[in-house]
Amino acid sequence: MKYNREIKTKKRNKKKKILSAILIFVAIIYVIPIIFTVCNSFMAETEISANYGKIFEGVAGAGAGKYISETVHLKFIPDKVSFKQYFTVLFNSPDYLLKFWNSVILVVPIVIFQMIVALLASYGFARYNGKVRQIIFFSYIILMLMPYQVTLVPNFIVSNWLGITDTNWAIWLPGIFSPFAVFLLTKCMRRIPVGIIEAAKIDGAGEWKIFTKICYPLCKSAIASVCILLFIDYWNMVEQPLILLKDSDMHPLSVFLSKINQGEIGIAFAVATIYMIPTLLVFQYGEEYLVEGITYQGGMKG
Amino acid sequence: MTMKKRTGVMTKKLKRKTALFMAPSVCGVATFFVIPFLVVIFYSLVDNPVRKNWVFLDNYFSIVQNKAFRLAVTNTVKFSLISVPLIVVLSLLVAFALDKNVVGKSQIRSSILSPMMVPIASVILIWQVLFDNNGIVNEFLSHYDIARIDWMKSDSAQIVIIILFIWKNLGYNMILFMAAISNIPKDLIEVARLESASDWVIFRTIKIRYLASTILFVTIMSLINSFKVFREIYLLTGDYPYEALYMMQHYMNNMFAALDYQKLSAAAILMSIVMIILVGLLFIIENFVGRDLED
Repeated sequence: MKYNREIKTKKRNKKKKILSAILIFVAIIYVIPIIFTVCNSFMAETEISANYGKIFEGVAGAGAGKYISETVHLKFIPDKVSFKQYFTVLFNSPDYLLKFWNSVILVVPIVIFQMIVALLASYGFARYNGKVRQIIFFSYIILMLMPYQVTLVPNFIVSNWLGITDTNWAIWLPGIFSPFAVFLLTKCMRRIPVGIIEAAKIDGAGEWKIFTKICYPLCKSAIASVCILLFIDYWNMVEQPLILLKDSDMHPLSVFLSKINQGEIGIAFAVATIYMIPTLLVFQYGEEYLVEGITYQGGMKG
Repeated sequence: MTMKKRTGVMTKKLKRKTALFMAPSVCGVATFFVIPFLVVIFYSLVDNPVRKNWVFLDNYFSIVQNKAFRLAVTNTVKFSLISVPLIVVLSLLVAFALDKNVVGKSQIRSSILSPMMVPIASVILIWQVLFDNNGIVNEFLSHYDIARIDWMKSDSAQIVIIILFIWKNLGYNMILFMAAISNIPKDLIEVARLESASDWVIFRTIKIRYLASTILFVTIMSLINSFKVFREIYLLTGDYPYEALYMMQHYMNNMFAALDYQKLSAAAILMSIVMIILVGLLFIIENFVGRDLED
């Protein structure tokens, strides 16, 4: 009997080891593209065009007149670490900084104001739950589930009416009123025990005071989660600017990056890395909030 | 009686006061989504936004017969049908594996989650390096005497996009599944084990039941994310992708560019109907599977 159990644990341990090995392998594959991009951003332009020139050969200016190797190498460690690309991006070509700034200008107001609008609304949804509100909340969920292909059409029509196409407002306003944050924050606020609110009310606190002094502080971690989810979503946006902003000077870096690749691959990796930095920082410091936020989303009906 | 009246007045007051909190959001959603959506319905039924002659379903018939629209629908459906079940199963497997307390669990979780954070535009370069005709993958294949495949310019382009899609979205699903798995009552499984139920029986009769609602949610989210894959395709291939990658969003973009409101509206309405049906269907299935857990 004892012998039998030993064999079983041994078998289990072996299974676990194999499982760990597989998972670690998967994990490494997962981060390779990111590490690769960062490493290659320190590679001098000549080295890049030597390694990957063949791929971007067809494009004008890519590896013109330079040495291009016959085969393409996947290279992680640069022969010589060079910061010249970063220097070029940051000081010599204002285009990229401008596009980066466009991204910031488009994303930050959406995150801040969607949070404000959503916090207020979610208090309303959580505090009182009548028939009308249930219907509104349900339509918010449906709206949240609609893909861009559907929601961009009404957005486009409104921005035409209001005459805000080709301005940042065309992106900001639909973003600010998008129901995503309302949905998650309402779920958080509904978890606050009614007793606390009733007690505050008996002590003479008005609705505004209950909101600012009780509900808002109690939801702080959910707020952080939602902010992160919103930020990564909008930082990555491509569809909205493509349709709502005709002027490509106003496009965020997320759209513009695909165009650099064809022109100056030498600095493309550096620009890509710079564009990743904010999200990687957020990930570094907010991973727990991110996980919590995703988990929150889980119970749809709750 | 008076008591009842008083509480009635109080709820009314509460209703009024809290409605103020909701006002900005409700007004905004109405202006930017609901009202224009009604207009979209209207546009889809007239011949022209200016002339406004009723043509009823003609716009729908004309887009359904349109070749580009058909191509877009076929490709989108094909992509979703392959990638959604694949990613749901894979992320469930990874979540179960991570649940077994493997070495470096939190590091593995972080690295699988990281692609979700990174803007797709930043990593598109490596995808080009990998899957170009002269790229790494072909280089690797040629070592084993396998013929080159021009990945982005053949029917295998969809495979590349599916890999990219799974790479990007697996982490999100995995987190959802991990949370759900940790909510399965341990004692129930313990009892089943004592009754000498096999792993498969436990999986089929207990775990799947408890995971049903999460599986539903993950399926819906993956479906929605699979419609967003235009982003990846656009960044990889620009405005004119290979035919196999021509998606709904490409069709919509063309209609936007042509300012063809009627077709645009009809396509949007068709798509929203399909979405509502799909989500409703999934809810019905979930009710059917997880019925006995309701209480």
